[in-house]
Amino acid sequence: MGRYRKLISGPIFESNPVAVQILGICSALAVTTKLETAFVMSVAVLLVLAFSGLSISIIRNHIPGSIRIIVEMTIIASLVIIVDQFLKAYAYETSKQLSVFVGLIITNCIVLGRAEAVALKKPPGTSFLDGIGNGLGYGLMLLIVAFFRELGGSGKLFGMSVLRLQTEGGWYLPNGLFLLAPSGFIIIGLLIWALRTWRKELSEAE
Amino acid sequence: MPDDSVKKSIAVALGVCIICSLLVSTAAVSLNSIQEENRTLDRIRNILVAAGLPSGDEDMQAIFEDRVRPVIIDLSTGAVLPEEDYNDILNVDSFNVLDMAGDAAYGMEVPVDRDMAGIRRMPRYMLIYFIRENGKTSRIVLPVYGKGLWSTMFGFIALESDLRTVRGFTVYEHAETPGLGGEVDNPAWKRSWRGKQALDEAGNVLLRVIKGRVDDSRPESRHLIDGLSGATLTSRGVDRLVRFWLGENGYGPFLKRLKEEQHGQV
Repeated sequence: MGRYRKLISGPIFESNPVAVQILGICSALAVTTKLETAFVMSVAVLLVLAFSGLSISIIRNHIPGSIRIIVEMTIIASLVIIVDQFLKAYAYETSKQLSVFVGLIITNCIVLGRAEAVALKKPPGTSFLDGIGNGLGYGLMLLIVAFFRELGGSGKLFGMSVLRLQTEGGWYLPNGLFLLAPSGFIIIGLLIWALRTWRKELSEAE
Repeated sequence: MPDDSVKKSIAVALGVCIICSLLVSTAAVSLNSIQEENRTLDRIRNILVAAGLPSGDEDMQAIFEDRVRPVIIDLSTGAVLPEEDYNDILNVDSFNVLDMAGDAAYGMEVPVDRDMAGIRRMPRYMLIYFIRENGKTSRIVLPVYGKGLWSTMFGFIALESDLRTVRGFTVYEHAETPGLGGEVDNPAWKRSWRGKQALDEAGNVLLRVIKGRVDDSRPESRHLIDGLSGATLTSRGVDRLVRFWLGENGYGPFLKRLKEEQHGQV
C-alpha cells in the first residue's frame, strides 16, 4: 500500500513537476490569474496525465521504438481534444477564458515527460497513479499561485469578494501587478525558494 | 512479429489512429448539441451586453424574448424582410452568417478594393436585432465580423436610437493571441466604446480604433477608441471591420432607410 501512496504523494512535494522539475511553467503563468481557471486547468491536466499514462502503458510492449513519440503524442492529443470538448459542453465560460491553453496541454512537457519516463516502462496501474500524482502536484502549485494572484489582483477568491475593494466602498486597493504575467514568475520563484529552504535535499548540488 | 519491423510499425500506427479518431469523433458528435446550446446562450448574452440590457444571473432567454426582436434585413436595399418571405434557409432561427455568405444565392463576393474587413464573401441578408423599450424600438444591435491577426472575429455593435451613437460593442468569438489581441473581449475596453459617435449626419463612418491612447481633451476624441497595446494588427482588424459594416457596403443603406423612416414618423 505504501508504494501506491508514494506514487501519489511523491510528485506533490519531493518531485513536484512545477516547483522541483520546473516543467509546465508556461501554462502555470497563463491560467493563474483566477482560482477558477487554475482549478479547471488542473483538472484537465490531471485527467490527461492519468489516462495518457494508463493507455500508453497498456500498449507499451507493442509500441515500436521508431514511432514511439508520435504514438504517444497521438494518444495525448486525442485525450486533450476530448477534455476540450467536455469543457466546451459543461464549462463554457471557463473554457473560453482558458482559450488556447487547454489545447496547449498537448505540448505540456509534464505529460510527455511522464509518458516517456513512466508509462513506457511501468504497468498500467502504476502509470495511472503516477499521472494522478503529477496532476495533483501541478494542480497544487497552480492553485497556490492563483490564490495569491486572485486575492492580490482583484481581492477575490473563486470569484467571491474577500477583500472589499475601494471602488466598492471597501479599503483594499487592488495591485494590478498580480494580474500580469511577471507576478506569476515572482510567486513561482518564491515558492521554489521556500520549498528548497524547507527541504534542503531538493536543491541541486553546487 | 518483431517489434521494429515495418509491418508492425504500420499496424500499431493504424490501430492507434483508428481508436483515437473513434474516441475523438464520438466525443465531438455526442457533445455537439450541448455545445451548440452554450454558443447560442453566449450569443444572446453578448447581444444583451451590447444593448446594455441585464445579462447577469437573470433569465437571459426570457429577457431576450421580451425585449429583443430579431429581423432579417436585405443589406443592399436596407429593407426589413417581411416574414412571409422567410424560407428554410432564410429564417431567424437557423440564420448562420458564414453559411449564408458561402451560399451561391444568398451570399456574394466582396470586391477586393472594398473588402476592408477581409471577409471575401458576405451574405446578402443579415440577421439584426431591434431592442424594444415601452413598445418602441430604442436601440439596434448589428452583428459584425472581420479578420483579425489570426482569426475571424465575430461581434456585435449596438447603436442608440439616433443611429449614430455607439451603445455597446462586444466580440464573442475570436482566436487572437491571449493577453494581447485576445484583449478584444476585455470588458473594460469594450465599455470604452459606449457613447462614441460612430457616424456623422450623412452616414459617413467616423469611428476609428487608433494606435495608442485617445487624448480626451481633443474634440475628435469622441470618434476614437484606444488601440490595444501589443496588438496592432488585431486593433486594425477591429477598426476595419467596424468601418466596413457601418459603411455603405454594410449597414449603410439600412441605417439610411431607418433614419428616413424615423423622420417620417415625426
